[in-house]
Amino acid sequence: MSESIVPPEVRPKPAVPAKPPHVAAPSPTAPHGPSGLGGGVGVDRVPGLGHSGSGSTLLGYIGIDTIIEQMRKKTMKAGFDFNIMIVGHSGLGKSTLVNTLFKSQVSRWSSGWGGEHKIPKTVEIKAVSHVIEEGGVKMKLTVIDTPGFGDQINNENCWDPISKYINEQYEKFLKEEVNIARKKRIPDTRVHCCLYFISPTGHSLRQLDIEFMKHLSRVVNIIPVIAKSDTMTPDEKNEFKHRVRKELETYGIEYYPQNEFDDDMEDKNENDKIREAMPFAVVGSDKEFQVNGKRVLGRKTAWGVVEVENPNHCEFALLRDFLIRSHLQDLKEVTHNIHYETYRARRLNDNGGLHPISANNTQDSNL
Amino acid sequence: MIERPESAVASIAQRNLEGYVGFANLPNQVYRKSVKRGFEFTLMVVGESGLGKSTLINSLFLTDLYSKDYPGPSLRIKKTVQVEQSKVLVKEGGVQLTLTIVDTPGFGDAVDNSNCWQPVINYIDSKCEDFLNAESRVNRRLMPDNRVHCCLYFIAPSGHGLKPLDVEFMKRLHDKVNVIPLIAKADTLTPEECQLFKKQIMKEIQEHKIQIYEFPDTEDDEDSKLIRKIKMPLAVVGSNVVIEVNGKKVRGRQYPWGVAEVENGEHCDFTVLRNMLIRTHMQDLKDVTNNVHYENYRSRKLAAVTCNGGVDTSKTKNQMTRSPLAQMEEERREHVMKMKKMETEMEQVFEMKVKEKKQKLKDSEAELERRHEQMKKNLEAQYKELEEKKRHHEEEKSNWEAQQRILEQQKLEASKTMEKNKKKGKIF
Repeated sequence: MSESIVPPEVRPKPAVPAKPPHVAAPSPTAPHGPSGLGGGVGVDRVPGLGHSGSGSTLLGYIGIDTIIEQMRKKTMKAGFDFNIMIVGHSGLGKSTLVNTLFKSQVSRWSSGWGGEHKIPKTVEIKAVSHVIEEGGVKMKLTVIDTPGFGDQINNENCWDPISKYINEQYEKFLKEEVNIARKKRIPDTRVHCCLYFISPTGHSLRQLDIEFMKHLSRVVNIIPVIAKSDTMTPDEKNEFKHRVRKELETYGIEYYPQNEFDDDMEDKNENDKIREAMPFAVVGSDKEFQVNGKRVLGRKTAWGVVEVENPNHCEFALLRDFLIRSHLQDLKEVTHNIHYETYRARRLNDNGGLHPISANNTQDSNL
Repeated sequence: MIERPESAVASIAQRNLEGYVGFANLPNQVYRKSVKRGFEFTLMVVGESGLGKSTLINSLFLTDLYSKDYPGPSLRIKKTVQVEQSKVLVKEGGVQLTLTIVDTPGFGDAVDNSNCWQPVINYIDSKCEDFLNAESRVNRRLMPDNRVHCCLYFIAPSGHGLKPLDVEFMKRLHDKVNVIPLIAKADTLTPEECQLFKKQIMKEIQEHKIQIYEFPDTEDDEDSKLIRKIKMPLAVVGSNVVIEVNGKKVRGRQYPWGVAEVENGEHCDFTVLRNMLIRTHMQDLKDVTNNVHYENYRSRKLAAVTCNGGVDTSKTKNQMTRSPLAQMEEERREHVMKMKKMETEMEQVFEMKVKEKKQKLKDSEAELERRHEQMKKNLEAQYKELEEKKRHHEEEKSNWEAQQRILEQQKLEASKTMEKNKKKGKIF
């Protein structure tokens, strides 16, 4: 996205559902407004702009704030991609949850995969892409499923194929970046987020969970969720969450949002609140039922209907807001700025330069 | 009047009674005897941790086997599969039941679960072996029956099908013990999902030719048979918490959207399980264990013994068809021969040792004699020396005496002359 500033002729009307920018000519306070790069399906987060050291006052309206609008236009035209990986052993409702999250049939079961639910012998990686559109914004969503994870009798190193896949995506991106003739927009297949499904045993994390998260929390953003949480009563749920959080802390597993990447106090407060509520206990469903005259997504059992979007019943709404409505862009940024950079640095240090590219180009390349 | 049938070998003719004899009281006698003796039942629960095994046991027997003070095995993380048993004596209506619950903490919890069924198999076999040994003893009065009568296998409610671990475990254990698969935490599934899941499981069980314990009918009831067939495997929910629903007190689990009642037939199959397991089929489980599984074990074990015996002897005829008695005879003969051999060997060894000892004794005797001689010689030499010295000494003595005498004489003479001189002097 180029950042050329076009001098505006007209002050544009705010079209985004956010607080309108207000002109504060003599006041030194910075104007409020949605900042941050890019739009999403709705932006709730409103962090303030930082004060510049000298606090220059504006004597008239310049129109710098229209950059937001320009970016929005560009994003809408270009669209953006988001890659989410779902990991967990079979039967935890992963596909259902992804369908519920994006309110469409995006999982691999739905894309004409056939009814055979045979457990594969080794961990496979299956990526399915869809383009979904909302409010003029196009998103290319790729759901990467990992059937066979944790299903075998011997699950040693079952995270290796996943780790390999993630690194392969980084490698692809790196190669593209290092090319002389770069594409204008490098297709981003890197995994932005990994939803790890924890089995609702009610006791503690399983050995496999800990191993997986330990190995992968440094490479990708991991968001642990408690699957099928309609198994547990509210007390059991709280106890379980508390215990899981403690265990994650004990083993030093940094799940997203990571503590170390909080930019400022506001971020930290917000993220702290979220971290307290994690891991989210979710229920997924793509069927609708009638409850009190309303049609809700839920699961109908003999003793009641579990409403998916009811915050008293489960934390699906929290997860959805967190994942899509507030932190989608942040996930991508962390992946690009931190995980990818770590990979890149390691790679370049190891090899002392990338040699796959032909020899006469090495002088001109960026190394 | 009852007449004895003509031929004892032919089929027993059925006669009608013309009065009340009283052997209709036989069941009561059996009943009284059994009640006095008390009953034993061993139940094994297997499944990954967190599937609600302890809660289900507590619900089934309405006791707190696993309470807050004595937490169930799943709350203690295990590195390897353990087999733990806990005994409890419950009394109801004058009938005593010694209930043994065998738990397997750590099953299926590790990253690598190969052979996690081995400790379970070992446990079952060891209990059968104990029983076999007790049966073969001379004094068989006290024969405690610790064999595992029933194994409840908990399947996780994934909704898809059996996991490879489930299949492996059941394949290995279905011919050693009565396996009853259960769907744990069934309140996760909606009724439709439950039906689909059950069908899928039964299909897979038949595919892999696993023989689970099918509850046979006590009465010939076609309907109940049909119902029962559909309901396997049973989907259960466990809870010991009493909740009030519509004024009634029921055991169940309280959710924000409703209460899942444990004893409600429409919510889960817990009542079916309890009735089958305890109220109608407990004795049948014990019988099947005794007649089928235990017999299998026994014939396997004894066949193995005959196999081994056949290898040792040089006979070429087929050893496998020997009866155990002949085999025991053979073994006894072998044993006797072995004993004889050992005896002769020992005698030989004994002889050898005796000879050695004798030899040693002789040697030492000779040695002693020699020394004796030598000492004697020494002694004689010393004696001679001493004689010599004595003689010498005598000589000296006699010399000295002679000298003394001379001295005496001289002295005498000297004194005589002195006297003479003194006399002479005095005259002056």
